[in-house]
Amino acid sequence: MAYDSHVATDLDHDGHDHKPQGWRRWVYATNHKDIGTMYLVFAGISFFIGGTMAMLIRLELFKPGMQFMDPLFFNSMTTMHALEMIFGAVMPAWTGLANWMIPMQVGAPDMALPRLNNFSFWILPFAFTLLLATLFVPGGGPAGGWTMYPPLMLQGGASFPMTIFAIHMMGISSILGAINVVVTIMNLRAPGMTLLRMPLFVWTWLITAYLLIAVMPVLAGAVTMLLTDHFFGTTFFTAAGGGDPVMFQHIFWFFGHPEVYILILPAFGVVSEIIPTFSRKPLFGYEAMVYATASIAFLSFIVWAHHMFTVGMPLAGQLFFMLSTMLIAIPTGVKVFNWTATMYKGSLSFEPPMLFALSFLFLFTIGGLSGLMLAIVPADYQYQDTYFVVAHFHYVLVPGAIFAIMGAVYYWLPKWTGNMYDQTLGKWHFWLSTIFVNVLFFPQHFLGLAGMPRRIPDYAVQFTDWNMVSSIGGFCFGLSQFLFPYIIWKCVRGGERIGNRAWEGAHGLEWELPSPPPFHSWTEPPSDALINRGAAH
Amino acid sequence: MMRKFLSPLATVVALALSLSPAAYAESGWGQLNMTQGVTAMSRQIYGLHMLMFWLCVGIAAVVFGVMAYSIFAFRKSRGAVADTTLVHSTTVEIIWTIVPIAILVATAVPAATTLIKTEDLRNSQLTIKVTGFQWGWNYEYLNNGVSYFSRLDRESDAARQLGSGIDVRTVPHYLLNVDNPLVVPVGTKVRMLVTANDVIHSWWVPAFGVKKDAIPGFVNEAWFNVDADKAGVYRGNCAELCGRDHGFMPIVVNVLSKDDFATWLKAKQLEQNPPAAADASAPAAAAAASAPAPVAK
Repeated sequence: MAYDSHVATDLDHDGHDHKPQGWRRWVYATNHKDIGTMYLVFAGISFFIGGTMAMLIRLELFKPGMQFMDPLFFNSMTTMHALEMIFGAVMPAWTGLANWMIPMQVGAPDMALPRLNNFSFWILPFAFTLLLATLFVPGGGPAGGWTMYPPLMLQGGASFPMTIFAIHMMGISSILGAINVVVTIMNLRAPGMTLLRMPLFVWTWLITAYLLIAVMPVLAGAVTMLLTDHFFGTTFFTAAGGGDPVMFQHIFWFFGHPEVYILILPAFGVVSEIIPTFSRKPLFGYEAMVYATASIAFLSFIVWAHHMFTVGMPLAGQLFFMLSTMLIAIPTGVKVFNWTATMYKGSLSFEPPMLFALSFLFLFTIGGLSGLMLAIVPADYQYQDTYFVVAHFHYVLVPGAIFAIMGAVYYWLPKWTGNMYDQTLGKWHFWLSTIFVNVLFFPQHFLGLAGMPRRIPDYAVQFTDWNMVSSIGGFCFGLSQFLFPYIIWKCVRGGERIGNRAWEGAHGLEWELPSPPPFHSWTEPPSDALINRGAAH
Repeated sequence: MMRKFLSPLATVVALALSLSPAAYAESGWGQLNMTQGVTAMSRQIYGLHMLMFWLCVGIAAVVFGVMAYSIFAFRKSRGAVADTTLVHSTTVEIIWTIVPIAILVATAVPAATTLIKTEDLRNSQLTIKVTGFQWGWNYEYLNNGVSYFSRLDRESDAARQLGSGIDVRTVPHYLLNVDNPLVVPVGTKVRMLVTANDVIHSWWVPAFGVKKDAIPGFVNEAWFNVDADKAGVYRGNCAELCGRDHGFMPIVVNVLSKDDFATWLKAKQLEQNPPAAADASAPAAAAAASAPAPVAK
């Protein structure tokens, strides 16, 4: 323990930082923690905006018949809900966590490119203001789905160029954020922090960052071609001019499938931090976990057309994409087995971060298994564009990505604030979320199999019962989420003080710093002894 | 308003409490699984779906079983002490890589076999061209001179308007009914040529196991062959987001016996091509087909 106190005094620079005060601290922010906080707050706001849209969708679908909105507004709600949640909530939340944790975890004082960091964050509020403003222009918001398939997307009104410009800005923000992560990890690791000693969260983020750099320009290209098709008379996606509407889908999903892993790989990292901590046992198969992550990232580039099995691809193409998609089950299985083996013969306790990680483990696996079913092309003909698909990707994204984000916040919040939060309320948040997320999404499997298409504002009466259950689950899930900002707010305001190590079994460099950590995380590189203690594998 | 909103909930609760097997099968609660359909192919797809389903249930039982066991057996509150040396095992890692590969190969074989059959369009006996448009379908019986439009029926259309005040439960086949259904014979390999004239649509009839995107400028192919004893009416929807009324372009297929179909086709041919003015209606139909053109620019 003498060691801990030595570190604390050595690194306690809180009094010396020359950060600007008031609004300048945030607008001119170059500090990784301040920018990380802004990203996380932004993600939280987007989560509630996107969630409100989801509530409107579930409200209209509560019973058959059109009760509340025009079908076009309904379509713009499904479109905007997806864009808000993917680009506004999940991606910025991961970038926020990367900002906070990567410098602390690799033994660096800050991110490598602090001004770029400021720029990549401050693009986002403008991008999303522009996107949300489309709801108030003639013709309403974008209503062609977040996948933006032409020719439907080209029918959009004033919202069309605004949406495209907003997506361009989000893309620039993501690329700059990803470059910053890569440069930080590659250049600012403390001496002795070799690649294969890095925590899994850093590893998964490194791979995610490469995916972002690879595919965001592809999305930018696709939407730019939409823009020129609409305004400058090109015919990239119009058959009459020699183009092909299906080509857009290929380009979009070449971005879109890696994007799915951009949303979920950091979640794998977080779960790989939380489960060992609360099992009081190092991660099982650390190297296998790293290689499995890399394999998933590689495979994500060669499976895109499984999103479009019904477009009429040649037989050989369908076979290839079916088999490559099935392959993903192998590295994903390795991950699930390793997490289970980590718990095996451990000493488990169930604080809120562990509860969310366990929920992730079970429910993400359900989403993974329905994904395996979707890979089977002939069966996919029946699943494609039904609620079965909606259930599948919400299982991997809500109790998958979003529960992992919540788990991460509950895991590191005491480190960020120096205060322990109200764990009882955290457990309430967990139980309500886990129960209602299943009430919300599980019946959607039934609806899809029984034949209910997705993206429809009204349905045949035999789908009423399960839609009602799903809506009730949705409203309860939505209401439960207000606990989350309340718990965080309460914790920021005060609470039981904690030492460096918030959790008994926590390992890693971030737990060697005081709580809250100094403004500039590691002004001197951590010693080999500290790195060894953190890298317990 | 609130009362109106709560009444279906009360019905649901009452139904759940007084559940008889027959009522259960007819209510929405019993709608849990994919249809087996009425073609050999749709049954094969259903079989594949159930194979994958039980496989997933099996995998889940094993994996969740181990997880649940670990969670219960190795609780710190029960005094469990962590075995921190258990961090790696090459044998175990090889096993849990090889076993999934074997399972995947075993499932890939029937999946690929079925897929190859779905793409076998040889020896079709009737060819119908389907053109999706915003928002309905045009069916053209190639070489038979018959072509007509199929849209949501008027009753559903009236009921689905915002604030129509019509209880949609009183509308027969609400949102799954059309004015002019597609008519096909049983026991015949029907080839569908699927295309669209504005945006992308998708022609889906679950009972046939057929879903094919209708893409402007391209022609996709699909086929089905309804069992000889399965004449009847089968319903589906457009399955690709196609704009404001995407949710309101159902598909209805009336499957007739071969004789009834021949009679129907003859009558339709006569109706559309009266002997006196055989070519008068054809240009009109063509003009109507191209009417709902893209609007953007």
